Amino acid sequence: MSKVLIIAEHDGQSLNQSTAKTVACAAEIPGASIDVLVLADSATAVAGEAARLDSVNRVLTVENAANANPLAAVLAPQVVALAAGYSHVFGPTTTFGKDLMPRVAALLGVNQISDVMAVVDSHTFKRPIYAGNVVLTVRAPQGPLVVATVRMASYQPVAGNNQAAIEKADCAAEIPSHTRYVDLKSGSTDRPDLQTAAKVVSGGRALASAENFKIIFELADKLGAGVGASRAAVDAGYVPNEMQVGQTGKIIAPDLYLAIGISGAIQHLTGIKDAGTIVAINKDAEAPIFEVADIGLVGDLFRIVPELTAALK
Amino acid sequence: MDKILVGLKRVVDYNVRVRIKADGTGVETDGVKMSINPFDEIALEEALRIKERGDATEVIVVSIGSSEAQQQLRTGLAMGADRAILIKANQPTSALSRARALLAIVNRESPGLVILGKQAIDNDNSQTGPMLAALWNRPQATFASKLELDANKARVVREVDVGLETIEIDLPAVITTDLRLNEPRYVKLPDIMKAKKKPLEEIPLEDLGVATAPALEEVHFAPPAERQKGVMVDDVAGLIAALKAKGQL
Repeated sequence: MSKVLIIAEHDGQSLNQSTAKTVACAAEIPGASIDVLVLADSATAVAGEAARLDSVNRVLTVENAANANPLAAVLAPQVVALAAGYSHVFGPTTTFGKDLMPRVAALLGVNQISDVMAVVDSHTFKRPIYAGNVVLTVRAPQGPLVVATVRMASYQPVAGNNQAAIEKADCAAEIPSHTRYVDLKSGSTDRPDLQTAAKVVSGGRALASAENFKIIFELADKLGAGVGASRAAVDAGYVPNEMQVGQTGKIIAPDLYLAIGISGAIQHLTGIKDAGTIVAINKDAEAPIFEVADIGLVGDLFRIVPELTAALK
Repeated sequence: MDKILVGLKRVVDYNVRVRIKADGTGVETDGVKMSINPFDEIALEEALRIKERGDATEVIVVSIGSSEAQQQLRTGLAMGADRAILIKANQPTSALSRARALLAIVNRESPGLVILGKQAIDNDNSQTGPMLAALWNRPQATFASKLELDANKARVVREVDVGLETIEIDLPAVITTDLRLNEPRYVKLPDIMKAKKKPLEEIPLEDLGVATAPALEEVHFAPPAERQKGVMVDDVAGLIAALKAKGQL
């Protein structure tokens, strides 16, 4: 039988939704028993949330002041110490998981399966490569632990109707001091989080300035949407990096995605191909974004977007 | 510091639309334009800038693969690296095997920094950097968008999902690069000529004595599900009507 250990992603206060999506993926493994590991300074609140997730058998907590911030070099030896007895160790394909899980895999002496989009059987998975233009079916060897990260856009979070047991785990790992957290600058906003929002409005290079992005924010606020951007808009400094959608930014799957002034480079399309409905507004009728858009409108975004925002009143 | 080691991976150029082989056993690479993985170019640029500031004396580029990867190493030398090492592997290598091979080079060269791309744009694994740091038992700073060196420490700004995180790490360490770290320089023709005279050492992977990691079996390559082509509307009223028809408003 498969025993899966999932490493919880959290900010010390609450559980990131990535954990519930990772549980959803693990639950596709036939007969899997799923434990969630919370490594934290103080784990009570986060562990309580994790215990409510459906399909979770048990929540393990390790409380240590060193775990106040998620440093891979600090967390990895603890995960390895607790991985004994499990057949799988899973984490989310977020910057948290991408930082931590390969470090865990290397210490366990196994290759990692990155970005699982579907479970075929306990050791066989599908994952995107080449910016999502190829789907690779990959099989892990029988015997060693399977370490994997889970593609967020491929899974819906499990519901929270559970009451799993919460247990303190003994962890005798040696924790290094060579890596120290300094600070986090977050462009905190009241808008829905880009990675979990049901609706997302994104702007591209055609916005031409940071000031002009205002019309994107106004439309997003009217729709109750999160805001994203193309790489070109982030590189040009119109908006901060955490808004980038695409192969090397965030891969998202909202119900509704509006691409405004985005030509649709293949690296951007990778980030949105699981969206429910894609709307494209672009003045270039030949832009590749129209090849994937469900609804396309050719025209001047500086005229169309304010008109759309006003019409939604 | 003395040396900086930079990994360069030979990958299908990012402008190429990849084609899957008819039998689903891989991706067509015959006659396809190959380049340095873009994130590795950023890694090399950062190493060169550190050297040009006087904070390092030598930049070594290393690649793992067939003889053809010499092309990418020569490009790295033309950009300004001092010497190159090709770890020759005739079979594809797994991420863990690559990390182990890089560790062997690290143990030989004792660099103060290893700078790698955050991911290669072919298999999108995003594994080698943290794996090397783990095996080396040293710090890692992944997704770096700013790097400041201070004696035996580095302060690194990392692009994380919620914003910009700053960490401080002791050297030596592994850095992986994100897009905004720098903009790589263009190679000039005279530098390409000069690069031909720079040393390029070939070491068979077998000679490094690294244990082969149990590889993942690549069972099948397939195209992703296609999206259906949608409808074009003429104006905002048409857009709102189409959104309503899809139940999105």
